[in-house]
Amino acid sequence: MNKPTLTVSSSPHLHAKADTASIMWSVSLALAPASLWGVYVFGFRSLLVLGVSILTALLSEYLLGKLYKEYTLWDGSAFLTGLLVGMNMSPSVPLFIPFLASVFAIFVAKWVFGGLGANWANPALAGRVFVFFSFTTPMSSYVAPRTLASALPDALASATPLSLSKTAVSGGTLGFDGSALLSSMGYPATDLAQNLSAMTGISAFTIDTFLGNVAGCIGEVSALALLIGGLYLLARKIITWHIPVTYLLSTAILSWIFGGIPSGLGMFGGSFLSSIFSGGLMLGAIFMATDYVTSPISHKGQIVFALGCGFFTFLFRYFGSMPEAVSVSILLMNIFTPMIDRYIIPRKFGDTRAFRKKQKEARA
Amino acid sequence: MQRIPTFSKGGVHPDDRKVYSRSAAIERLPMPSELIVALSQHLGAPAKALKAKGDTVMKGEKIGEASGFISSDVHSPVSGSIKEIRKVTLANSVQCDAFVIVPDEVQPADPEETVDWQSLDGSELLSSIKDMGIVGMGGATFPAHVKFSIPKDKKVDSFVVNGVECEPYLTADYRIMLEKGEQALEGAMIVAKIVKAERVIVGVEMNKPDCIDHLKEIVKEKGYPIEIVGLKMKYPQGDEKQLLKAILNREIPSGKLPLDVGAVVSNVGTCNAIYEAIVLKKSLYERVISVTGECIANPKNVLAPVGTKMSDLLDFCGGFSKEPEKLISGGPMMGFSFFDTETPMTKGSSGLLALGAQKKYRSTACLNCGRCVAACPIALMPAKLYRYISNGEYEEAMNTSLMDCKECGCCAYVCPAHLPLVHTMKTGKKLGRKKK
Repeated sequence: MNKPTLTVSSSPHLHAKADTASIMWSVSLALAPASLWGVYVFGFRSLLVLGVSILTALLSEYLLGKLYKEYTLWDGSAFLTGLLVGMNMSPSVPLFIPFLASVFAIFVAKWVFGGLGANWANPALAGRVFVFFSFTTPMSSYVAPRTLASALPDALASATPLSLSKTAVSGGTLGFDGSALLSSMGYPATDLAQNLSAMTGISAFTIDTFLGNVAGCIGEVSALALLIGGLYLLARKIITWHIPVTYLLSTAILSWIFGGIPSGLGMFGGSFLSSIFSGGLMLGAIFMATDYVTSPISHKGQIVFALGCGFFTFLFRYFGSMPEAVSVSILLMNIFTPMIDRYIIPRKFGDTRAFRKKQKEARA
Repeated sequence: MQRIPTFSKGGVHPDDRKVYSRSAAIERLPMPSELIVALSQHLGAPAKALKAKGDTVMKGEKIGEASGFISSDVHSPVSGSIKEIRKVTLANSVQCDAFVIVPDEVQPADPEETVDWQSLDGSELLSSIKDMGIVGMGGATFPAHVKFSIPKDKKVDSFVVNGVECEPYLTADYRIMLEKGEQALEGAMIVAKIVKAERVIVGVEMNKPDCIDHLKEIVKEKGYPIEIVGLKMKYPQGDEKQLLKAILNREIPSGKLPLDVGAVVSNVGTCNAIYEAIVLKKSLYERVISVTGECIANPKNVLAPVGTKMSDLLDFCGGFSKEPEKLISGGPMMGFSFFDTETPMTKGSSGLLALGAQKKYRSTACLNCGRCVAACPIALMPAKLYRYISNGEYEEAMNTSLMDCKECGCCAYVCPAHLPLVHTMKTGKKLGRKKK
């Protein structure tokens, strides 16, 4: 018998199929429906924004990889960061903004701390927040989606529904909930949404935010497309329900209970559904807060993390002065992640209540 | 619908890959030309050699004597002469002395008389288990007489027989349950008498429905008070901690034994060996080993004498059908890869696997994805331990329950960054102990 060349290694000798790259590319795939919808409703210009942010991210990763002699370009994480940066841009931004955001995300947020796995902040969000506060005006002027183009006046199209209602409320228009307020200002709805609204009783505006017929960032407008991507990730077991469900529910419940207060509707006057569908919440809850590196490692910790995100999102949305609720909340909770991981640890097998009691008695 | 029991925390679902050898009935290996019988075939202190070079030995004769409390006797599997005593390295990297025995041409037949165990009392049964050198045959090789010696202040209510065989590929226990089920169940009754257990429960995973039916039939026929429980497939259900959680819903605290929750767990192969030891007066010198894997030409379940060289087993199974990448003693999740086909098998060798080339992954940085935490059946945080150990913070790692890790491999199995987690835990334990 010929002696074969044998490998000796530690157990286990079998391995599940997933690896870092397959996970990263799957997340990018899950973002495809939302980005495609964004490109469809906002036109070619949004494709350009996405392209610039992705290429910049890849280029930055390549250069830094050369510098550190770590070739991480094809693990897909830089592509994903670039894609998320692009999806968080308004379709009308000057192209140097996504460029700067991606550079900041990869250079400062990711590699300064040691590259993949070592960063404390979600790179894409850090990039977005960096350019948002540097170039607030171009970052907060939007264009109307194709599906509403003729009906939506420019004055309304230049801002997102969330910031419109925020401005109106702080201007003293009280007594309306979000969607009623926008309707009173003349925010149009698509025919489809009006028909569905007649059938279900849910306001047409809420349905439009769910479908993605509102002004906003390229990737955040369609809650439906993001949900499809989220379900795909859940089915592939790339994310678990803990962060997205806790985040969405805590924001929605707090908004429903207390969200009506600033607009004079009192307790339980807020809107449950439209708080989930509007703004960047869906994108944030499914794709940003679930970022492995910057969220807690245990399921218990993830729930605490998501509750924090939900609470801050609600707080910033209804009682804050800026329209950056989701990104700032997630970044804020990113800071707490190491602490959560240190103190919230799973209950060890065998460490039952009865056993603890026994130990206590033994000590006494 | 009734819920199928399993353990609740962690666990993974590797393909069971038992298809290679599951339908191969147990075959006896033709007598090899030479046996290497190691003196350390069990957990604990190595046995003391009772014979010297040139001595002749009888089949079943005691050639190594237990030295210390946790230790076990070693018996000669054949009649023959001792060619030499030399140092060997076993598949699990243990180095110890071993007898090299050349078998006689003619071997004595197995004795036919049987002993009525019902007439013996617990302590007599226990001492013959000790004399016959019985150890746990699931892989851990813990001396059986130590396990069954119940301290006065402990009470055992349940004896759980482990017929789970959750490691992929392995089918030795499966074949034992199918072909020697009567013996194994009678062995379980013997143990129940020794440990004075009221309940006897056999746990079998649902990928072996024929075993469950077969054992149920035997129980009905013989009227044994034994429960047969089908368990939902999940690795590592064959670990005693997970098995007791699945069957009795009891959790063994850190550093404690099944005894502390009123239970004793034994492998179904061990029960069979106990039957043979008590009723047939046969010491533990041979066992069933699954020789399987995609690179074995004719995968088989082989009844082979302890001390058989792996090369003899490979030859008996037709050698390799294609070039293997790894040879493994034991199962693929916890077994040891080795490179020398002259390595002898021991009382604990449940499998000999020849695995083909697998897809190579490059390790990346830890993503903090939490899969290891979710997969750990003890609910440790492997990623955290990995970080501590790779930074040399052994004390911190020990304080984070490193010693509770049983190296089952779930964390490394699921890790998408392909980090050598189990390897790191093993290293960390060694270095951490040294520091203390």
